[in-house]
Amino acid sequence: MVEWTDFERATIQDIFSKMDYESVGHNALARCLVVYPWTQRYFGKFGNLYNAAAIMGNPMVAAHGAVVLHGLDKAVKNMDNIKATYAELSVLHSEKLHVDPDNFRLLADCLTIVVASRLGTGFTADVQAAFQKFLAVVGSALTKQYH
Amino acid sequence: MSLTAKDVAVVKALWGKIGAKADDIGAEALGRMLTVYPQTKTYFAHWADLSPGSAPVKKHGKTIMGAVSAAVASIEDLPGAMSQLSELHAYKLRVDPSNFKILSHNLLVVLAIQFPSDFTPEVHVAMDKFLSAVALALSEKYR
Repeated sequence: MVEWTDFERATIQDIFSKMDYESVGHNALARCLVVYPWTQRYFGKFGNLYNAAAIMGNPMVAAHGAVVLHGLDKAVKNMDNIKATYAELSVLHSEKLHVDPDNFRLLADCLTIVVASRLGTGFTADVQAAFQKFLAVVGSALTKQYH
Repeated sequence: MSLTAKDVAVVKALWGKIGAKADDIGAEALGRMLTVYPQTKTYFAHWADLSPGSAPVKKHGKTIMGAVSAAVASIEDLPGAMSQLSELHAYKLRVDPSNFKILSHNLLVVLAIQFPSDFTPEVHVAMDKFLSAVALALSEKYR
């Protein structure tokens, strides 16, 4: 089981309670598709992803970004049971979506950068460590059911 | 994943904006790396103080950014420009090259914090490609 310090718990709750899910989700997913263009392989039905402007302006990307961010809510609310909480989503990502788990890390890095730019100096090294640990645990849980 | 002319222009433009802040950025990135990825501290066991903002971290952040700035200036021939540093990292320091990615990530985080409106996705991808190219040039002499 993952051990969380009081600081880590408080930090995660704080970040997500103040988060603009729609905006952060949109920006993080769009950034991922721009910075790591091979991730576009999973979004063949999203229409125009031809360049950065098209990606940023694509309404399906915006909508899906919000879906992904809200998906993180489960972990925020169940920090002591993330593995079990994501069992179904893990099966989905493996069996149906066929997503290479390395992508969880890529998206996590983009999400870290978006949150960093929003929080500015408030995103201290300790806050970053807590946030990245949280995302790594989520990524690990999402990978658990792959076989 | 080689650098396009556009990547080069974007990197040089951002570096121009960074200017004198480079040393602080390097120090902050290094401090973050040591905090967020504690395994990287294994390379600095000889330092008295590994905390962010400490003298050794500041000094070394400056050293690193000096090298990255030099890389920006010689962006057309990174393997050539980084040959000596590659030998240093390969034969003397023996830093596992996976750590270059870790430091790069932390540099990008600091850039996102300090230049939130400039660090657009397009600037992000160009910088990520550049830092990857620098890391590759640094790994040249390893084996």
